[in-house]
Amino acid sequence: MAKIKLAKSKVDKLVEICKSFDNEGSELINVLHKAQQTFGYLPAEVQEIIARELNVSVAHVYGVVTFYSFFSMVPKGEFPISICMGTACYVRGGEKVLEEFKRQLNVPVGETTDDGKFSISCLRCVGACGLAPVVTVGERVYGRVSVGDVADIIKEYQQ
Amino acid sequence: MEKYKMHILICGGTGCRASASETIQNNLQEALKAKGLEDEVQVVMTGCFGFCEKGPIVKILPDNTFYVEVKPEDAEEIIDEHIVKGRKVMRLLYVDPEKKEVVSDSKHMEFYKKQIRIALRNCGFINPENIDEYISRDGYAALGKCLTDMTPQLVIDEIKASGLRGRGGGGFPTGLKWEFASKNKADQKYVVCNADEGDPGAFMDRSILEGDPHSVLEAMAICAYTMGATKGVIYIRAEYPLAIQRLKVAIKQAREYGLLGNDILGAGFSFDVEMRYGAGAFVCGEETALIHSMEGLRGEPTVKPPFPAESGYNGKPTNVNNVETFANVPVIINKGAAWFKKIGTEKSAGTKVFALAGKINNVGLIEVPMGTTLREVIYEIGGGIKDGKKFKAVQTGGPSGGCLTEKHLDTPIDFDNLIAVGSMMGSGGMIVMDEDDCMVSMAKFYLDFTVEESCGKCTPCRVGNKRLYELLNKITEGKGTKEDLDLLRNLSTVIKDTSLCGLGQTSPNPVLSTIENFYDEYIAHVEDHKCPAGQCKALMQYVIDPELCVGCTLCARNCPVDCIIGERKEAHVIDAAKCIKCGTCMDKCKFNAISIK
Repeated sequence: MAKIKLAKSKVDKLVEICKSFDNEGSELINVLHKAQQTFGYLPAEVQEIIARELNVSVAHVYGVVTFYSFFSMVPKGEFPISICMGTACYVRGGEKVLEEFKRQLNVPVGETTDDGKFSISCLRCVGACGLAPVVTVGERVYGRVSVGDVADIIKEYQQ
Repeated sequence: MEKYKMHILICGGTGCRASASETIQNNLQEALKAKGLEDEVQVVMTGCFGFCEKGPIVKILPDNTFYVEVKPEDAEEIIDEHIVKGRKVMRLLYVDPEKKEVVSDSKHMEFYKKQIRIALRNCGFINPENIDEYISRDGYAALGKCLTDMTPQLVIDEIKASGLRGRGGGGFPTGLKWEFASKNKADQKYVVCNADEGDPGAFMDRSILEGDPHSVLEAMAICAYTMGATKGVIYIRAEYPLAIQRLKVAIKQAREYGLLGNDILGAGFSFDVEMRYGAGAFVCGEETALIHSMEGLRGEPTVKPPFPAESGYNGKPTNVNNVETFANVPVIINKGAAWFKKIGTEKSAGTKVFALAGKINNVGLIEVPMGTTLREVIYEIGGGIKDGKKFKAVQTGGPSGGCLTEKHLDTPIDFDNLIAVGSMMGSGGMIVMDEDDCMVSMAKFYLDFTVEESCGKCTPCRVGNKRLYELLNKITEGKGTKEDLDLLRNLSTVIKDTSLCGLGQTSPNPVLSTIENFYDEYIAHVEDHKCPAGQCKALMQYVIDPELCVGCTLCARNCPVDCIIGERKEAHVIDAAKCIKCGTCMDKCKFNAISIK
């Protein structure tokens, strides 16, 4: 196991999260949810500590983290942009909107811009199909987004 | 609800909240306060009304006035005019697009006329965060009836007699499933509610949980009573924060009222519910995968048997039902199996909730009796195709279903009919497509999803779907051959026959159904290297007709890559080398001068 370099306060926080689930191996997914809420993402070191605390192998933790799309091993941008790729949004032009975000920010899906400001991800249906195509930036939902709106949305967060 | 003279209901579903329904609620309350009416009129945030296209929706009781597309700044006028002066705010009423008449009561709208609401009975009617409102609508009466007047076997018999079938897509008889779980003896059994709605473009279960969480809790308790379970688990997507919050409130309230916990209603029956969160894996809708996920493992399915009814969560007998299935149960107990059986078709009793979306005028959540035809759903309830375009296909069953065409429109919707025409009911996603949608791209879209979501355990699904995707991609790039179509067909059949779970067994359906129903379109791609719908980028080019272009510069100003050249009042030209084929110019052009070649 690699030497743990996380700040002690963060390690303590993780230990505490694991303890709140009785260090039960079967609670792994709940622990990961909580850890991601706290740290924003799940880097290798975080996974190692969780494995140690729950007494399961690091491979097992890594296997679960990479299986579920909700868990991320890379930090998201300050303003995480998600483009809905549910079918309803797709048929109303979601893909074109996604392409435009990728083009303007010059990052592929799942990555963050160099300045750490924006990250792009796809999500599957936020349930606002009446507003398709839908884009979310953080908690904010943008409905009926067209390719022409993309620059304006990015501009809103650039200042 | 008696204390108040009037009620203002406002939709608190995810879609309407995204359009500021919470601000509308606040503004309404402020306006009431300003008039000193806050004790006379109650503002209630409810679950989804269903008519998402026209959201946010505000409904006034008792006169049933249904305001559409309300904005926060309209709140004051609604209070001043409607509540104080008793005059309806005409400009916010729904106008029937056919008859051009104002319809103020939702009962008379085409969108609602053919609907029967059983699973959605309380959505858009009660405050989901108030258990008293649920109870006032016969809530928990069914649980009381079961615990005091009925033996577990009687309850099972009633559900069996009702003909209720699993609404998650499988269509397995619910009563039978309960009976299996009840017959297996064990020291601990579990009731699981599958709320891992993964079908992209479907939001039925979420709306029920957001709008009427107690109906699911009540049904889970009834199910637990029949099988002798004391623990229930709701497995819900972490992406549904509002549904999770409403369920938490509902569970807390039910515990306080003694409707969950020890010795429920003094009948000596104990049952409690907890929640587990999914983490974004479509395959977890499959019950064995879901159970593994609940145990903290990768959500990979396992071979059945053993069925969960024998060995499920923690190796104990487990009954898994979907949200909508549960939501039907209390009504069946209250009104009787015979009443339920009368609705729908002979082999598919009751109603089905659909999330109607895509290129349709009335996007929304609907509940119709089984046996309603696709035509009625699309043209009467759905109000037809958007922007006067031509209907091309309707996709049911999500990534596991198929694309149906014009010739299937008069098929009465039920479990068996949809399978017979090469699609399936699925959980209730219904996506309508018009002439601009390319069916090869549609199949590719679904395969992209399946490739991403395949858990990777069995080879046909993990590798086969990827190969299907590559073949489809090749075709959309204009490099396909006619032999590829045979390959697609053969490979699809192999994947269907040899995959372990429902995901792989159904994932080729979008491919097979589009080849079957839109063969000409595939041929156009592979032989003429043309995309008739003009969607496949590699096979198209945007051109400006110099005859029609007036040189207004609108296209050039909106082009994101500045590839349109031309002087004001002179015909413009698109630089094909720079064009990214986004289509913005064509959308913006007011003179129909831009077309796809």
